[in-house]
Amino acid sequence: MDFGAFFFLATLEGLVQAAVLSLTALGLSLVFGVMRVVNVAHGQFFMLGAFLAWWITNMIANQPVLGFLAALLIAPLLVGGIAFLGERLVLKPLNYGPQSTIVATIGFLYIIQEVALILFGPDPRPVEPPFQFDVEFPWFGYSGYKLFVICTAALLLCATWFVMRSMRIGLAMRATQFDSETAQNFGIPVGRVYAQVFAIGAMLAAVAAVLIVPIQQAHYLMGLDALLLSFIAVIVGGLGSIQGTVVAAILIGLSGGILSVFFSPTLAKIVATLFVALVLVFKPEGLFGGKAR
Amino acid sequence: MTAASTRKSIFLHLAVVAVLFGLQFVVPDYDKLTITRIMVIAVYAIGYNVLFGYTGLLSLGHAMFFAVGLYAAGLPVYYFGLDLPLAFALGIGASLILSLLIGVIALRTSGVSFMIVTLMFAQAGYLLTFHLTEYTQGDAGLNLPASIRSFGFAGITFDLTKPDVRYNLALCILALAILIVFAVVRSRSGRILVAIRENEERTRMLGYNSFAHKLKAFVIAGGLSGTSGATFAILFAYVGASFASIQNSIEVLLFTLLGGAGTILGPLLGTAAMVYLVDKTSEFTTAHLLIVGLALIVLVAWFPKGILGSVRERWVKWIP
Amino acid sequence: MDPVALLSPADFAFSDAPPPGREASSGVAAAGESAGVPLLGTENLTCRFGGLTAVDNVSFALREGEVRAVIGPNGAGKTTFVSLLCGRIAPTSGTVHFRGKDVTKLPAHRKVQAGIAYTSQITNVFGNLSVRNNVMLAAESRLRNAQGRRLTSAELAAKADRALEAVGLSSRMDEKACELAYGHQRLLEVAMGLALEPALLILDEPTQGLSDPEIADFCTLVRAIAASKTILLIEHNMPVVMQIADRITVLNRGQILAEGTPAEIRGNHDVQVAYLGT
Repeated sequence: MDFGAFFFLATLEGLVQAAVLSLTALGLSLVFGVMRVVNVAHGQFFMLGAFLAWWITNMIANQPVLGFLAALLIAPLLVGGIAFLGERLVLKPLNYGPQSTIVATIGFLYIIQEVALILFGPDPRPVEPPFQFDVEFPWFGYSGYKLFVICTAALLLCATWFVMRSMRIGLAMRATQFDSETAQNFGIPVGRVYAQVFAIGAMLAAVAAVLIVPIQQAHYLMGLDALLLSFIAVIVGGLGSIQGTVVAAILIGLSGGILSVFFSPTLAKIVATLFVALVLVFKPEGLFGGKAR
Repeated sequence: MTAASTRKSIFLHLAVVAVLFGLQFVVPDYDKLTITRIMVIAVYAIGYNVLFGYTGLLSLGHAMFFAVGLYAAGLPVYYFGLDLPLAFALGIGASLILSLLIGVIALRTSGVSFMIVTLMFAQAGYLLTFHLTEYTQGDAGLNLPASIRSFGFAGITFDLTKPDVRYNLALCILALAILIVFAVVRSRSGRILVAIRENEERTRMLGYNSFAHKLKAFVIAGGLSGTSGATFAILFAYVGASFASIQNSIEVLLFTLLGGAGTILGPLLGTAAMVYLVDKTSEFTTAHLLIVGLALIVLVAWFPKGILGSVRERWVKWIP
Repeated sequence: MDPVALLSPADFAFSDAPPPGREASSGVAAAGESAGVPLLGTENLTCRFGGLTAVDNVSFALREGEVRAVIGPNGAGKTTFVSLLCGRIAPTSGTVHFRGKDVTKLPAHRKVQAGIAYTSQITNVFGNLSVRNNVMLAAESRLRNAQGRRLTSAELAAKADRALEAVGLSSRMDEKACELAYGHQRLLEVAMGLALEPALLILDEPTQGLSDPEIADFCTLVRAIAASKTILLIEHNMPVVMQIADRITVLNRGQILAEGTPAEIRGNHDVQVAYLGT
C-alpha cells in the first residue's frame, strides 16, 4: 500500500474515533453549557451504555441485528433514566453549586463504576457487530460496520443540531444556557430543562458507547479514557460552545491515531493532558471559544 | 479568638497527641500498623485541608505532591541506598518545589477551572510514572529492601522493621504537621486565608495580595502532602503508581470533608474513619470504592461540615 | 465622633517625595488650600467594553482635602470611573496618577496599600465574620505606621475600634455582619474603609437605601472624616451632594460634562438638560 492509501486508512480510523468522541463530548458540553455543571461521571454513563449493550445483545442471542437495534434504543433510555434520577435526587437539592456538584458527580463516578464491577465483573466483555462485511476500496477492504458508525454518528449530530435549532426543547435549552433567570421569567421550566439536559447528555454518551462496543470491548474502567478525551474536546473547543466541541472532537479523533503512531500512547496522553491544563490556564475561553462566560 | 480559647485549643491538640501516644500500649500489633498508616495519611489530609478547608480552593490533584514525596524519597533509597533522613528531606524538598511551580501556574485560574487544571496536572504526573516504568515499575511498584530499613540519627539507631519504631516516628511527624497547621491557622496569615475563602475580591480590595497568600497555602498543602508521601515510602518501604492516581486525590478530599474541612483535627478523624470503613468493606467485596462514592454524596448533600465541623457549629464553638 | 488620624504612608515607597504638606490635626478643613500637584489625577482615561465606551477620555484632578462628588444620570460611567481609580478594572488607555506617581498599572491591592480605599455600591462585607473581625481585617492590612514602624496587635486593634466608634457601630461589634440591618452594613463598609487609613476614600453611593435620619448622621460623619482625608463620592441624592461636597464633577456618557462648586453646578444648563432631557 502506498502512502496515500495508508493515509486514507488512518483517516477512516480517525473518523471512527472522531464519530464516537464527538457524540460523547457533545453530551458533556451540553451539560456544562446549559447547567454549568462539570459532570465528572460522564465517562461512567458511556461505560454503562457499553455494558447494557452487551447485556441486551446477550439476552437476544443469535439475532445480532435485532439485538443491536434493541441495544441502540434501550441502552440510552436506561442510562438517561439513571442520569435523570441522579440529577433530581442529588444535584437539584445541591442547587448546582460548583464545588458541591463536582464532588457529587465524583461520588456518582465511583458508585456507577463499582456497581458495574459487581454486576459485570472485571473482565472485558466483547460484543458481536450486527453485521460483518467489508467495503472494498481499491487499496484495501474496510469494515462496513465502521463506516456505519461514522454515518450514524454524523446523522445523530445533525439531528441534535436540528433539535437545538428548531424544536422547543432545543430553544428552551439554549435560552436557559444564555440566561437562566430570564428564561424562567419567560415561563421556561428551568428545573425540568436541567433534568432533561442531564439525561440527554448521558444518553449521547450511551449511544456513542453502543456504537463503539462491537469494535472495542466493554470494560468497567473504560469510562475514564472516554472522560479524559471528552474533557479535552470540550475545553479545546471552548467551554460552553457546542460547535467548538464537535469540531475539536473531530480534530482530536483524527489526530489521535497519528499521534499514537509516532509517540507511545502514554506519552501522547501525557501531552494531551498537559495541553488541556495549559489551555485552561492561558486561554480560559478554550482554543476556539468566543467571549469568556 | 480569645486567649482562653487558644489555651483550650492547645490543650485539646496536645491531648490528642497524648492519646495517640498512649494507644500504642493498649492495641494489638495489627491495629498498630493500621493506626500508623492512618497517622501518615492524616498528615496528607491535614495539609490538604489548609488549601481546601481554610482557603476554599478545591484541588483535585494533590496526589501528585504526595507521589513526588513518595518517589523522591523512595527511589534514591532503592537505587543508591541513600541515607533515610536525607531521602526524607529530599522528598519534602521536591514536593515543595513542585507545588511552587504548579501553584504559580494553576492559581491563575479559579473555581471549576482550578479543579480541572489540578486534576489534569496530577493525571499527567500519574501517566508519567507509567511512562518511566523502567524506573518506577508502574503499578507494581518497588519494595525497598530490608537492609536499608534502619537509620541512625542523633546517635540513635532506628530499626524500621519494628512496628513500635514506625508508630512513634509517624506520631512525631503527625504532631509536627498539627503544630505547623495550628500556627498557620491561628496567625494573621490564617485569617487572611479565611477572608479569601469568604470573599476573595473584598480581600484584595482591602489591600491583601490574594495570589501570594493562595500560593502560600498551596505550597504548605503540597509540602505536607509530600512529607506524608516521603514518610510513607520510608516507613512502609514501598513506592507505587497508585499513589499518584486520581483516586488518591479524591480520597484525601473525602477524608477532609468527612472529618470536617476547616478544622485542624477534622482530617485526622476523617482519615481514621474512612480507613477503617474501607478496610472492613474490603473484607467482603472488591468494590469497596462504592463506599467512597456513597460517602461523598451523603457528605456533600447532607453533612457538608463533616463530623468535627458539625460538632463545632452545634456545641463546641472554639475548636480551631 | 472622633476624626480618624491621617496615616501618611511615606514608607510605601514608590514615592520618594516627602509626605504632602498637611498636618494631621482635627477640625481643619483644608479644601483647596494645598496648591501644586493634585492628590489624584487622570489623563485621558478611557475604558471600553467591546463596543461600549464606558469612560471616554476623562482628565480629572482631585486636590488633597477635598470632598468631591461625582454625579450623573444612570449609565454615565461613574462606577466604572472609580473602579478604574481603585484598580478593580484595568483601563483601555490613559493614566492615573496618585501622589505624583503613575499608578495606572498597579494591581488593586497595591493601590490600597498606596492609600486609596473603596467602599462599594453593593454591600460587600464578610457576612460570616463578626463586625469587629471585618474591621480588624481592614486594620491589619497596613501593618506599618507613618514612620515605618510595625504596629503591635494592640495598636491594630485600637485602629479598628476607633473606626468602629467613628461610624457608631461599637455596640454591635460582636454581631455577625450578615445579620446587620442594611444601613448598618453600609456603615460597616465605611468603617472598613476608615480602618485602612487611606489618603483617599472613595464612597460609591453610600446613602443608597438609608433612611433620612441615617442619611443625616452620615453627612455629619463624612464632614468629620473630611477633616483629615480626601473624599470622592458617587451620589444620586442631590441634597446630600449639595450639603457635603466642596466641588462636583458631572459625568454624562463617560465624559466630564461640567465641574464646579455646588452653586455653579446647580445653575448649569447643560447639567439640567442631561438629567431632565429637554
